[in-house]
Amino acid sequence: MSSIKIKLKKQDIDKIKEITASFNNEEHELINVLHKCQQHFGYLPAEVQEVISDEMDIPTAKIYGIVTFYSFFTMTPKGKNPISICMGTACYVRGGEKVLDEFKKELGIEAGQTTKDGKFSISSLRCVGACGLAPVVLIGEKTYGRVAPDDVKEILAEYK
Amino acid sequence: MEKVKLYIDGKEIITSRGSTVLEAALSNGIYIPNLCHHPDLKPSGNCRMCIVEIEGRKGQVISCMTEVEEGMVVRTESQEISLVRQTTLELLHANHTQDCTNCHSNNTCKLQEVTAFVGVDEERLSRLRRSRPEIPVDDSNPFFTLDHNKCIMCGICIRTCDEVQGVNALDYGFRGFSTLVSTYNNQPIKESVCESCGECVVRCPVGALYVKESKVPTHEVKTVCAYCGVGCNIYLGIRGNKIVSARGDRESIVNKGRLCVKGRYGYSFVDHPDRLRTPLKKTNGSFEEISWDEAFDIISEKFLKSKNKFAALTSAKVTNEDNYVIQKFTRAVMGTNNIDHCARLCHAPTVSGLVQSFGSGAMTNSIDEFTGAKTIFSIGSNTTAAHPIIGLHIKEAKRRGAKIIVANPKEIDLCRFADIYMQHYPGTDVVLLMGMINVILEEGLQDSEFIKTRCEGYDELLSSIAGFDIDSVSEITGVPANTIRDAARLYAVNKPASLVYAMGITQHSHGTDNVLAVSNLALVTGNIGRESSGVNPLRGQNNVQGACDMGGLPNVYPGYQPVESKQAAAKFEKAWSARLSRENGLTHTEYFTEIEKGNIKALYQVGENPVLSEADANHVKKALDKLDFFVVQDIFLTQTAKYADIVLPACSFAEKDGTFTNTERRVQRVRKAVDPPGEAKDDWWITCEIAKRMGAAGFDYENVTDIVEEINSLTPSYAGITFDRIREEGIQWPCTVSDHKGTKFLHAEKFARSSGKGRLFPLLYKASVELPDEEYPLLLTTDRSLYHYHTSTMTGRVSGLKDIEETELLRINPADAQKMGLKKGDKVSVKSRRGIIKVMADIDHSCPEGVASLTFHFPDAPTNELTICALDPVSKIPETKVCAVRIETCNSE
Repeated sequence: MSSIKIKLKKQDIDKIKEITASFNNEEHELINVLHKCQQHFGYLPAEVQEVISDEMDIPTAKIYGIVTFYSFFTMTPKGKNPISICMGTACYVRGGEKVLDEFKKELGIEAGQTTKDGKFSISSLRCVGACGLAPVVLIGEKTYGRVAPDDVKEILAEYK
Repeated sequence: MEKVKLYIDGKEIITSRGSTVLEAALSNGIYIPNLCHHPDLKPSGNCRMCIVEIEGRKGQVISCMTEVEEGMVVRTESQEISLVRQTTLELLHANHTQDCTNCHSNNTCKLQEVTAFVGVDEERLSRLRRSRPEIPVDDSNPFFTLDHNKCIMCGICIRTCDEVQGVNALDYGFRGFSTLVSTYNNQPIKESVCESCGECVVRCPVGALYVKESKVPTHEVKTVCAYCGVGCNIYLGIRGNKIVSARGDRESIVNKGRLCVKGRYGYSFVDHPDRLRTPLKKTNGSFEEISWDEAFDIISEKFLKSKNKFAALTSAKVTNEDNYVIQKFTRAVMGTNNIDHCARLCHAPTVSGLVQSFGSGAMTNSIDEFTGAKTIFSIGSNTTAAHPIIGLHIKEAKRRGAKIIVANPKEIDLCRFADIYMQHYPGTDVVLLMGMINVILEEGLQDSEFIKTRCEGYDELLSSIAGFDIDSVSEITGVPANTIRDAARLYAVNKPASLVYAMGITQHSHGTDNVLAVSNLALVTGNIGRESSGVNPLRGQNNVQGACDMGGLPNVYPGYQPVESKQAAAKFEKAWSARLSRENGLTHTEYFTEIEKGNIKALYQVGENPVLSEADANHVKKALDKLDFFVVQDIFLTQTAKYADIVLPACSFAEKDGTFTNTERRVQRVRKAVDPPGEAKDDWWITCEIAKRMGAAGFDYENVTDIVEEINSLTPSYAGITFDRIREEGIQWPCTVSDHKGTKFLHAEKFARSSGKGRLFPLLYKASVELPDEEYPLLLTTDRSLYHYHTSTMTGRVSGLKDIEETELLRINPADAQKMGLKKGDKVSVKSRRGIIKVMADIDHSCPEGVASLTFHFPDAPTNELTICALDPVSKIPETKVCAVRIETCNSE
C-alpha cells in the first residue's frame, strides 16, 4: 500500500529510488542501500525507510529492525558540526567523560541529540586511534587533542 | 513420500524424508523441549532448547533445523545437553517476569512446560537475574496486550505475522539487552499496520501476548462464524450464558484454525444491551412492548388482508432452515413469489450470468483449492478486507510460487502480493476482460481443444472481439497495453488458473455482462472444471449462498427449480398442499418502486437494513413511509426497523441451531451456544407461528431437523446433506443422495446447462450510467473495510472494532486533494444528484486521480444516499460501484 507521508520532496524520493535501483531492488542489498541513503541524507528518517520499503518490497518493521540494530545507522539527523567525543579506554581515564559532560552542558543536549538550530550534535565513540592525544574530540573532520573541560567553550566558539 | 529410518534414544522411527529430527521425535511421542517451534511455521532455531546429539556429528545439533537422514542415531539426553539447556533456560528466566499465578498463560505456558522438564538452579538464577527496567506494556490494541517483560524472543509472533498473515507488523528491533519485538518505528501496535487478527496471540507460547478480556470458558460450542461468506469454523467459549472466547477450528478445511479480527473478537454484539427482547408495536410514532400473542394477532390479520399486495425480504444472515420457511410462507400462504433478499444487491448478476454460461451461479471450486493454483486472478474483489481468510489462502498460494494478478480500480492491500496489477477505470471490466481475450486469441494462447469439445457460441464471441483491440482497450481502461498483454499471457498459460471476483464485477448497470466477460475468459483458456481452476464469485454474507439455494429469490423454488416450470410448481404444490403462483415475483430493487406506486402495501422483512444498504437510499425511505403495514424481524432496532409497524425480536446466530451454506457451497452446522435475550425467538418459529395463525397447514415443525428433512426431500442438490452427516464437517452441494460425498469443484465432465456445454457470449462495452461531468467532477466508488461489516449493525456494537475504525473516511488521491486544497482530516461534504453526506477526508494513493471511495458501514454517513439506482436490465442489481459526486470542504461549519 502507498503509505508514504508526503514530507520528502520529489527529488529526495527520486534519489532513494535511484539508490535502490542501483542495487536492482534486491533484498539482500538492503544494508548497502541503507548505507548509501544515510550517506546522502545524513540519517535515515522514517520517511526514507518507507520509500525503501515500497521500492524494495521489504516490510517497514524489518527495515526498522536493521536500522536500530546497527549503531552505524541513525534515525536522528546529525548537526552541521557533528561532535564526537572519544570514550575509548585511554581517553576515558584521562577525563573524556568530563569533556563530554561539558559539551552537553554548553549545548543543552544529550549524547545522540542535535541542537535545535541544527548546528551541533553530540555522540560518543570508542577509540579513534589517537590515544597519544587523549582525550580526543572530533568535530567534523577536525581533531582536537588533550582537550580539557575548560577548552570546550573556546572550541565551540570556532563554529558559532 | 519417501520414508527414512532413524533411531532416537534407541527407538526405531520411520518418518518422511524432509521432516526434521524434532518433528520426527514429537510425532513419535518423544519429547524434546522446545520454545520457538510451531507446526504452522518454518523452523527458526533460535531458542536453542531442542538440542540433541547425533552420532558422527560434533557437539550439539539443533533438532528443529536438522533434517532426518537414513540410519541417523539421535540422543535427546546427556549430561552436556542438560547443562546447556539449563543454562540457556536460566538466561531466559533471568529476563522474564516471575509472576506465574497472575499470568494469563498460567498452566498453558510453554516456558513453564520446558522449565518443568529441564529444571533451573534457583541459586544460579538469583545471581543471574538482573534488575532490568520494566518495559512499558503495549496495550494500545483494543483486543490484546503485548507485555515485553514476559517475551522470550522466540519470534513466533514475528514469523506468524510474516508467514501466516503476510502483514509483517512486527520484527525484532534494537540490539543486545535492548532487543525487543517491535513494530515499525516502535509505535504502539494500534498505530502500526497490524490487522488485529490475533494469530500471533494464539501462537504466543508464553504470556507476552494475551487477550485483554479473556476468561476461561466452562465449555465450548462448535459453530460457524456469522460474518462473511467464507464460513470459518469456530469454537465459541461459553461461561454462564455469555460468549467469553472464540477460536478457530484447526481441523476445519475452510479456515484451518485461522480467523480474522471480526471472527475472533467480534462477538460482543450478541449480548449487547441494544438487543431486541420483546415484540414492539408502533403507536403514535413510538414503539411500545407487546406480547407475542398480540403481535401475531395483528400480523395475521393484516397479512390476510394484503394477500395480493405483499412482498417479503428474507435474509442472507439467517439459516437455511429459516430461509426455507420464510419463502415457503410467502409462496404457499401469501400466494406470491415476491420473495427476495440482499443477494439482489451483491451477486444477482453472478446468478443470472453464470447460469447462462455454466448453468450454475456459484463458486466452481473450493476455498482449499486456491493454494494449488499456479495463477490467481482477482478482479473486483478486495479479498483481504472482505474475505480475509480467502485472502490468506491466496497469500499462501503466492508463497508456494503462484503468480497473482490483481485488477482493481483501487490499489488494495492484495496488490502487495501481485505480480501484475491493473488499475483499470471503474466500470471498464468488460473492456479489460475482452481485451485480454483478444490478446489470447491473437497470440494463439486459447485452449482450442476445450473450446471445441466443451463450449458453444465461439463464433458469436469472435464476432464481437474485434471491437476490443489492445489500443482502444488500453485507452478506455487506463491500463498500459503491455500490462494487459502480460496478464492475458500469464492467465492463459500458467495453469491451473483460478479467477476470483466480487462486487467490483457485479455492482454495475452492466453487471451481468461483466460476469459473462469473466466466464468468457475462463472458457476460452480452459481454466474451468478442473481442480484449482475455475470462476469463483466470493459471496458476501455468511449465508447468502444458502438464502439463494433455499429459493429466497422471486423466480426459483429451493434448488433453483424455476417457478415458471409447470413440473416444479406441481411438485411444490403437492408437497406444500397449496396453490402456487406461476409468475415470477418482483425483485428487491423493484419492491420500492412498486410500493411507491401502491402495488405493494405490506412488507415482511427479516434481517436486512435497506435504508443504509440500498442504492439511492432516500427513495427507499420515501417508499417505506408509504407502506400500509411493515413488519421487521431482526436482532437490533436497525435504521430500517424504525420505519416498521411491528418489530419482532429474533435469535442471533449464537442462539440457534441450523445450517449456513458458505461461499464454496459447503453446508455447515450452526449450533446454539447461548440462550437468546428476553423473548427473542428463532426466525423459522416466528414465521411458522404467523402461518399457523393464518390457518395454514404444513408449518408444524417441532425442531430444525424436521425442516432439514423437508429441504432434503424437495431440493435435489441438498438431498444427501442430512443433519447427521454434517455433524463434524460440512458437505458441498450438489450432493444428491445420502452416500454422495459432495462436490469439490463443478463442471468437471460437463457443464450444468441443458446442452452440457459452456456458453460464450458476444459483448459490447457499455459505459456506466452516471459518469463525472463539470457539475459532479469525481467518480465515487464503494468498498469495504476489514473492521466493519455491511451496515455495522453488528460490528458497530463491538467496542474494539469501533475503537479501531470509528467513522467513515473519504479516500481521495493527493492530486485531487491538492486541486481542492484538501488536507487529511478535513471535513467535507460529498454531494451527488441524489443526496449529500458529510465525512472526513483521508488522502492516499489507493484511488487513482479522479476517483474517490467510501464504504457504506456507518449510519452517520449513509453512503447509499449518494449512489445511483441504475439497474442492470437482466439481474436488476443497482450500480453502487459508480456514480458522480462533487466534494466541498465544510470545515467552517
